[in-house]
Amino acid sequence: MEALELARWQFGITTVYHFLMVPLTIGLGLLVAIMQTMWVRTGKAQYLRMTKFWGKLFLINFIMGVATGLVQEFQFGMAWSEYSRFVGDVFGAPLAMEALLAFFVESVFLGLWIFGWDRLPKKLHLATIWGASIASIMSAYFILAANSWMQHPVGVEMVDGRPVLVDIWAVLTNNTLLVAFPHTILGAFSVAGGFLLGISWYHLWKRRRDGIDTIGPDGKVLVGSVENTGRDAADHQVWLRSLRIGAVVAVVSFAGVAVTGDLQAKLMFEQQPMKMAAAEAACHDGTGFSVLSVGNLGSQNCDDIVAVIEVPGMLSFMANGDLTTEVQGVNSLVPQYQAQYGTNLPNDPMYGERAGMEIDYVPVMEVTYWGFRMMITFGAVAAFAAAVALVMTRRGTVPESKRLMQLAVFGILAPFGANAAGWIFTEMGRQPFVVAPNPDPNGIDNVFMFTAAAVSPGVSTAELATSLIAFTAVYSVLLVVEVKLLVRYVRGGVPSAMPDLIPQHLHDDDDDSASGVTPTSKKGDDDVLAFAY
Amino acid sequence: MEFLPTLWFVIIAYLWTGYLLLEGFDLGVGMLMKLFARTDRDRRVLLNTVGPVWDGNEVWLITAGAATFAAFPLWYASLFSTLYLPLLLVLMGLIFRAVGFEYRGKGDTAAWRNRWDWAIALGSLVSAFGIGAALALTTTGLPINANGDREGGAFAWFNGYAVLGGSAVVLFSLVHALGFLVLKTDGDIRDRARRQFLRWLPLGLLPLAGWAIVVHAAGGKSVTMLTLVLAVAGAVYAWAMARRHRDGWSFVGMAVFLAAGTTTIFTAAFPVVLPSTLDAAFDLTVSNASSSGYTLGVMSVVALVGLPAVLVYQGWTYWVFRKRVSRSQIPTAHAVRAQ
Ligand code: HDD
Ligand code: HEM
Ligand code: HEM
Repeated sequence: MEALELARWQFGITTVYHFLMVPLTIGLGLLVAIMQTMWVRTGKAQYLRMTKFWGKLFLINFIMGVATGLVQEFQFGMAWSEYSRFVGDVFGAPLAMEALLAFFVESVFLGLWIFGWDRLPKKLHLATIWGASIASIMSAYFILAANSWMQHPVGVEMVDGRPVLVDIWAVLTNNTLLVAFPHTILGAFSVAGGFLLGISWYHLWKRRRDGIDTIGPDGKVLVGSVENTGRDAADHQVWLRSLRIGAVVAVVSFAGVAVTGDLQAKLMFEQQPMKMAAAEAACHDGTGFSVLSVGNLGSQNCDDIVAVIEVPGMLSFMANGDLTTEVQGVNSLVPQYQAQYGTNLPNDPMYGERAGMEIDYVPVMEVTYWGFRMMITFGAVAAFAAAVALVMTRRGTVPESKRLMQLAVFGILAPFGANAAGWIFTEMGRQPFVVAPNPDPNGIDNVFMFTAAAVSPGVSTAELATSLIAFTAVYSVLLVVEVKLLVRYVRGGVPSAMPDLIPQHLHDDDDDSASGVTPTSKKGDDDVLAFAY
Repeated sequence: MEFLPTLWFVIIAYLWTGYLLLEGFDLGVGMLMKLFARTDRDRRVLLNTVGPVWDGNEVWLITAGAATFAAFPLWYASLFSTLYLPLLLVLMGLIFRAVGFEYRGKGDTAAWRNRWDWAIALGSLVSAFGIGAALALTTTGLPINANGDREGGAFAWFNGYAVLGGSAVVLFSLVHALGFLVLKTDGDIRDRARRQFLRWLPLGLLPLAGWAIVVHAAGGKSVTMLTLVLAVAGAVYAWAMARRHRDGWSFVGMAVFLAAGTTTIFTAAFPVVLPSTLDAAFDLTVSNASSSGYTLGVMSVVALVGLPAVLVYQGWTYWVFRKRVSRSQIPTAHAVRAQ
């Protein structure tokens, strides 16, 4: 592989990986803040337990988001130096704003939250998790501002062949951003919803399996309790509440994602018609939305592809809100793109060996077609399952079936899949451009950059291969570690985050004897830290 | 000299100084996990002195990088792509370190903890070294061509200055961390830290001083002579105060040393942000590498709001967690058992 391909694989892998952690951080962060608010307001034990338990899982995930986010920040300069030079005047600004206005707040306040349980007054402590959570949403806003600018460059003038920022407000209120932001945030909530739902289902099911909860003669749950294990009535409340919150969040956010997604689609038909034509694998102009197409999608030649099932009028509806307007297919778009942006890459040394090569304006249709459909399907399946779960848990617990429990746990993955598919579709759908030109009359048409020109000219293939292998290997190992830890803490239930729920719990401390100090709860409770690494 | 690019050069120098001052001690504490702590409980004491603050400290690095991208995109692009492999190591180090902090206490076997202790210690070492090397090289020069791209292959950046800068940050961080532990711990950990601080300070600050002297000798201005002297005075003061157990003042002395040292380095280098060792005509400077006046203006407003706010709430965090951490405060570890 050449440097360009390696750099693209690396960016794709590291970003999709980062975006496994991101939606859970965003979604779960806010939900934990809400749980803690309920605890501060009502003082009920179950809300404190929910805060602690979900908060623990939140932290295990958060740290991986931090670790992988750093890579993203450095990567633009390391692997995409020409890109950084080209867009620097515009693109760096939102990144710096994200760091200054969001990351600082997020990390500092989260530190306060984690370690501040016994140091801060209750309400102030509550405020810290809200601060961190809102900051994570702000960080999403700024980074999406940067990304939306690549999809739809605004607020710039071309000076000496480079875009120069003239209107920051235009960048921060880019219409692409205004729909991508709610879409992405709601997508994040659907991840958190599914997460709460699956894990709570598992615990409710285990309580039934262990005979703690039973079904009474009226069909309602009879909540039981086991001494000294933390599995009491409040524990039942923890899981039931979490399950129902998760299910509602999943359903509502899917509705929101569908609405905002529809707006995005309408915009994209205007701004990047080729992306949407490729999402349809549609060769010819038409009005129907394909539910299933067969043929060699990977060939990038749409004449090979036959739509098997089509919903007539649906495509026009997605693009224009009516049933009749013809939407342009790949065949009519390619000549337009060629006329506007050329048939061959310029003979410029910045393109290296690619200079003068023919440009293929059609993205990999296998990816765009299935990416688009996977996003919608995974999201829809998760939302449907959540709605069913709401009905099934009316009587206060889950059915005894192990299969159903496994399905609920497995379902945690669906919204993650939808998010990854959405990004892969968005990013690969704008190829061969890294900064996509927009025929949109409000866009600035001559601002664009081919991905082929974006990679660092001075960096060798060997270096890129080294880093690609290193990141992939390290990320794989860390994913296994993270998932194992999550599973361990999930299995442990609430006491994994609140060990004091189990009196005289077994502890296997190591070399206390060496230091001669063994803190016990008898002596100086105030002294022992409420939280310590 | 134009005003805004100069202002942004100062802001970036300030961000790097803040980064080294704050993350300096948590990088050092990370290395001390293996070099200094003897028992598991000691390691946990060390970890918990930086636990609440290390992530906030690291954001200074992210901000320094992002600010460079926003204000001097050509500097960002050339420096980061030229130093591809060392920055890869920095990233790996930071990843393992971050994950180690959070995950170390979440397993219950000695092997698990030992593995993460190594991850934290080596991660801190490697990232401190790489960052030091990168900073030194951006002041002493890299083989970049007219477009700002590296000539001469993947290791063309490697030279004595890389080693000097790398050791400067590693050793400074170690000494700084010992001083920090004197402030943040109690009992015999504290006494040991003070003894080690006194012993290692003279040697530990040498490479950083050496780097400042090199840059001063190459492009010094009369004021950098002054800051150089101030740096040395700070170091002497830190040492003298530690001997008298005036630990707070000793820490201030270290801060003066660092701030005066980085001021010397950045001021002497100014207005060149990345010299080319191939041809002085290819040097990236404050004026030829910067963003437009409009972008810099916008970012100045953001920095004017953001940076003072950061100082306030980050300062407050240090106040909230001002208590010393001692062995007896560390709660007993508990194993997580499946229900
Ligand atoms: C929609 C949201 C979103 C998107 C598209 C991205 N990120 Fe991210 N990022 C977050 C949302 C987020 C977050 C939710 O704010 C994180 C996740 C976990 C965390 O600690 O904060 C985060 C963490 C995070 C960090 C660590 C912050 C810290 O130490 O606290 C950095 C440096 C980045 N990201 C940088 C990037 C870059 C350069 C991206 C572009 C390719 C990117 N992220 C995509
Ligand atoms: C601000 C946010 C983002 C920016 C600035 C950005 C920028 C880029 C750049 C520069 C490339 C390399 C050029 C290319 O191969 O297309 C790229 C590719 C890619 N990005 Fe993004 N991206 C962002 C967010 C994301 C996110 C969050 C994801 C998914 C989780 C993502 C997924 C991808 C993928 C899959 C590719 C590979 C595409 C390909 O190789 O064809 N991006 N993006
Ligand atoms: C009816 C359902 C949906 C529709 C019509 C829809 C539509 C779209 C469109 C058109 C884009 C591309 C925007 C662009 O290229 O800039 C997109 C991107 C995306 N979608 Fe969806 N989507 C739907 C459901 C979902 C679901 C359920 C999720 C996740 C749970 C999701 C997550 C994403 C993400 C993360 C992106 C990339 C970021 C962005 O551009 O906003 N989508 N979606």
